[in-house]
Amino acid sequence: MSVKISKEKHEMPKQPADTRIKNFEEVALGYTPELAMAEAARCIQCPKKPCVAGCPVGIDIPEFIKLVAKGDFLGAAKKIKEKNSLPAMCGRVCPQESQCEAVCTLGKRGEPVAIGALERFCADYERIHGEPLAEMKTSDSSSGMVAVVGSGPAGLSCASELAKLGYRVVLFESLHATGGVLRYGIPEFRLPKSIVDKEVEYIKSQGVEIRLNVLVGTTVTVDELFEQGFDAVFLGTGAGLPYFLGIPGENLNGVYSANEFLTRANLMKAYLFPEYDTPIWVGKRVAVIGGGNVAMDSARTALRLGADEVTVVYRRSRTEMPARLEEIENAEEEGIKLMLLRNPVRILEDGEGWVKGMECIKMELGKPDDSGRRRPIPIPDSEFILDVDTVISAVGTNPNPLLIRTISGLALGRRGNVIADEQTGKTNIPGIFAGGDIVTGSATVIAAMGAGKLAAHGIDEYIRRKNGRGM
Amino acid sequence: MYRILEKEVLAPKIKLIKVDAPEICAGARPGQFVVFRIHEKGERIPLTIADSDPKSGLLTLVFQEVGKSTTELGMLNKGDTIQDMVGPLGTPRDIEKLDYVICVGGGVGVAPIYPEAKAYYRLGTRVVSLIGAQTKEMLIFKNRMEQVSDEIYFSTDDGSFGHKGFITEVLDDLLEKGPHPDEVIAIGPLLMMREASKVTAKYGVKTVVSLNTIMVDGTGMCGSCRVTVDSEVKFSCVEGPAFDGHKVDFDELIARQNRFLAEERLAMDRYLAGAGGCKCQ
Repeated sequence: MSVKISKEKHEMPKQPADTRIKNFEEVALGYTPELAMAEAARCIQCPKKPCVAGCPVGIDIPEFIKLVAKGDFLGAAKKIKEKNSLPAMCGRVCPQESQCEAVCTLGKRGEPVAIGALERFCADYERIHGEPLAEMKTSDSSSGMVAVVGSGPAGLSCASELAKLGYRVVLFESLHATGGVLRYGIPEFRLPKSIVDKEVEYIKSQGVEIRLNVLVGTTVTVDELFEQGFDAVFLGTGAGLPYFLGIPGENLNGVYSANEFLTRANLMKAYLFPEYDTPIWVGKRVAVIGGGNVAMDSARTALRLGADEVTVVYRRSRTEMPARLEEIENAEEEGIKLMLLRNPVRILEDGEGWVKGMECIKMELGKPDDSGRRRPIPIPDSEFILDVDTVISAVGTNPNPLLIRTISGLALGRRGNVIADEQTGKTNIPGIFAGGDIVTGSATVIAAMGAGKLAAHGIDEYIRRKNGRGM
Repeated sequence: MYRILEKEVLAPKIKLIKVDAPEICAGARPGQFVVFRIHEKGERIPLTIADSDPKSGLLTLVFQEVGKSTTELGMLNKGDTIQDMVGPLGTPRDIEKLDYVICVGGGVGVAPIYPEAKAYYRLGTRVVSLIGAQTKEMLIFKNRMEQVSDEIYFSTDDGSFGHKGFITEVLDDLLEKGPHPDEVIAIGPLLMMREASKVTAKYGVKTVVSLNTIMVDGTGMCGSCRVTVDSEVKFSCVEGPAFDGHKVDFDELIARQNRFLAEERLAMDRYLAGAGGCKCQ
């Protein structure tokens, strides 16, 4: 066969930048069936399948792509769901460019197969055209009962996997809605909440019971969960506490943590204020501090909320920005300015408690630091003032101490993260497992999902041994 | 869903509700709070627990109608439900027997001071309570506080009951006369707590205040409730809401409370204009 394979992938249609900055609807529109089949036909079905090894949850990527190429979209979706219960979300927010697509054989000579876009297409197709979800299965508690704490990516995938393994699973969430960072952090225009709802519905259909508004640690303690008959507890509480730079003026009015800003907009739907009750205030000129996806999400949200000018201030250069390339490009297309090699020094007050500017200093890059990235060094006497009235700090998060401080004897790392085995999620306390950002610190959705899934198998092994059923 | 099983109007615009919330009551301790959301479009509102009974599972909340959400809450009656409620949140107060404490409650802040006064009183601590309100009519929890106090003083701004003036003036008099208590607990409007802390600082008396900051999640996730205490930024929802009154930067906090003033007014006006759907019609 000598069909020439295009070196370039098929681009997903997107809302034009000047339209999308005026709405909160999804930016990427997804493939049509024709585009999906054409893109799937680019996969050469190479025997080594490097993409499968590049996927943290081990989806059989060539196999599902083969089904897409044939036009069997529902079959493809089913194939994905063998390994990944949350494909519509992963297809949207996974950094495929550094995972499956990074190792795609086609990538050596051109662009890799658009695996993420295809995954998303299959999941969306199934959501619209697939069979309605079956009646909720009654969980079989004879294999054991597991409490999963936190309904973010780690918790959802752990719960789903445990349900597949036949456990009765109760998923506890402290907020009034499921999804964790998928709900409060990632904006509607990048991950519509109806998709989160639908994927959670799928996990419920597997028999997982969800209890909202329960803060494990205070509403009910972990000890009480064990007393109630749970065989194991999985901690997937995330890296929820926003970190601030500690510069003067950070408590002024008009300064938000990205978590507050995004939670108001996403979880509380403040972009629909006053129809929804939660307010949000955005000025005319906004500075977002940070260079990750959360910074991009905040900047793009601020723009949609009516800011005239949004500037992302990042202390290193573009190469070191942790945000996905796609998100940086989307942000720039929308008119967000990147101010690189600049670091805030202090936030200035207008005399009435509100922000009236941000003093920054120019930076240059020195030798690589612990993170492997070149260390930014301030250039003396290069301070200048950025004229802004709103500042959003997106410089990272710390592990949430609320639950873990209530578990006596739980081994913690230096930064307050839980120490757990990477392969099994085991902590130092028998029966308590952990995974996701609470263990690793801020990382990706898919990494947390991978950890949740591995921990489910760790829990399965633990319960089998405990009950003397062997492996 | 959390059902309201009892409702009482304590004063104009100040209401008490008892909510069926056995899970929250089971572990609630003085100084803790809940965050609730009335309905799907509602905001998340923190309220300090005024009382909790693990036996009946009834959680007592007292609130003043100041904005749209609290006014809407006030419209709910016995039998109605609140969609979401999570708690108990915050670091509980570590209450041990002391020789003598003074509890200063201002306005609706008398309600959250009640569980603390009660806890001290039951431990055999001498409790002197100072209760302030704008007018006699606005004075709440009088009987409840009398039951858990060895001595009680009142003040009203207009002099319609007790001392005419601020309750912090009564506090100043008491401290001047002596003896000094081991601790003063002050809960009420920020201005009152700031003033109480200034008064006690003069006499070097340890003072605990309970901050009612603006919150979203109430679990440490958003940092909306941050407050400077002893030059360090603290999240009130995780490390508070109780802090050493001498170390809180009240001026900053007072400014922060006005962050959404314009939006709050807009929401209230819109609600009063009927867009919220008046239940009387």
